Amino acid sequence: MIREFGPSEIWLLILGLRWTVLLALVAFVGGGIGGAIVTILRVAPLRPVRAAAVTFIKLLQGLPLLILLFLVFFGINLLGIRTDAWTAVAIGFSLYASAFLGEIWRGCIQAIPSGQWDAATALGLSFAQRLRLVIVPQAARIAIAPTVGFLVQLLKGTSLASIVGFTELTRAAQMINDITFQPLTVFGVAAGFYFLLCWPLSLLSIRLEQRLRGGVTAARVPV
Amino acid sequence: MEYVFQFGVIWQGRDAFLSGALLTLQLSAESMLLGVTIGILGAWAKTSRLAVLRGVVQAYVELVRNTPFLVQLLLIYFGLPRLGVRMSPDSAALLAMVINLGAYATEIVRAGVEAVPHGQIEAGRALGLRSWQIFRFVVLIPALETVFPALCSQFILVMLGSSVVSAISVEELTAIANTLQSQTFRPFEIYLAVGAIYVVIALAFEAAFGGVERILFPPKGASGQAPS
Repeated sequence: MIREFGPSEIWLLILGLRWTVLLALVAFVGGGIGGAIVTILRVAPLRPVRAAAVTFIKLLQGLPLLILLFLVFFGINLLGIRTDAWTAVAIGFSLYASAFLGEIWRGCIQAIPSGQWDAATALGLSFAQRLRLVIVPQAARIAIAPTVGFLVQLLKGTSLASIVGFTELTRAAQMINDITFQPLTVFGVAAGFYFLLCWPLSLLSIRLEQRLRGGVTAARVPV
Repeated sequence: MEYVFQFGVIWQGRDAFLSGALLTLQLSAESMLLGVTIGILGAWAKTSRLAVLRGVVQAYVELVRNTPFLVQLLLIYFGLPRLGVRMSPDSAALLAMVINLGAYATEIVRAGVEAVPHGQIEAGRALGLRSWQIFRFVVLIPALETVFPALCSQFILVMLGSSVVSAISVEELTAIANTLQSQTFRPFEIYLAVGAIYVVIALAFEAAFGGVERILFPPKGASGQAPS
């Protein structure tokens, strides 16, 4: 039986959209925590620690996201833990976000002039204090725009969760396409939902970046 | 953990892996070539005086960059036949990859075009060059030189992203892994091996692009810095 694409199908897509947003948020929080750890290790004053962080980032950035999801999915089962797709994709996307946010934030920290590090060291601050009191407050300003930009990547990336069997927006669209046979409408509407989520974030990211650049290069002159 | 790893299955499947990796490389290379062509045309269109043309290109870029590649792929693979365009999974995959890369490449090349000093364009005008001649002979090459590293990172992302086309049963590396794991029930070993192959391809691309950059855009000795 072929169903028409109507309000109830749009509602099913919105239900899927909920999981897309939730997964992106969970991955963003998980990846934020992981990314902070990776960033700290990446700039730590110990060479082997830095090298380990670099290897982690290089490996995860050289691996297709889809393969990472498969590895996490089957890897957890290997450990003898029975999990559902939700746990697996949450861990997989958190790992993915950790590597990318770690690399983004490392760049922001290294953009802070080394004189700031020297001055903080001269004040007798420990590595943790230097980061917390001097470097991070300055780096955080630069980090906001690219972090919002990465959130767009993450939201789009969650569509791959559909391939490992997690029902979010893209999977919902595929299932509705299977019963309505209206691929242009179904995937068009799904794409529209993604666009409505991502486009404002993209614009925000660009706006933040421009404001920052304007603020740094030219002192604002009161009119 | 009592799991015993068995990597023998990978050696048995080596021919399949090789053909999958070759298709991954082929799709990536073709989409790079076509995608950059679109990127150059798109960046040129964005310098146009026609607001409509600029608007169309801008809409294309924003639509592609703010929707997932997988949804674009499904839209093309399942949607186009509805419009009477029949195509094999391989062609649909290539088309989706080219459209996707084309949008990112447009943005990247445009950034390079904007970085070309305005005086050079004025000099081109003073020489009586037409606007397409200025773009072709004055702006394009320095622009590509500026953004070459950014383009290369995008190429690597496209190569990695090609694993997604396994979703429409294109027999590239990831699809081969999916088939093999369902035959051997050794998914972890197989995805580990395939992951390693992707990492190696990504590193090889990085090295190759570095070589290409040195050939196409050798470090300039004349402009102050002595070649070491």
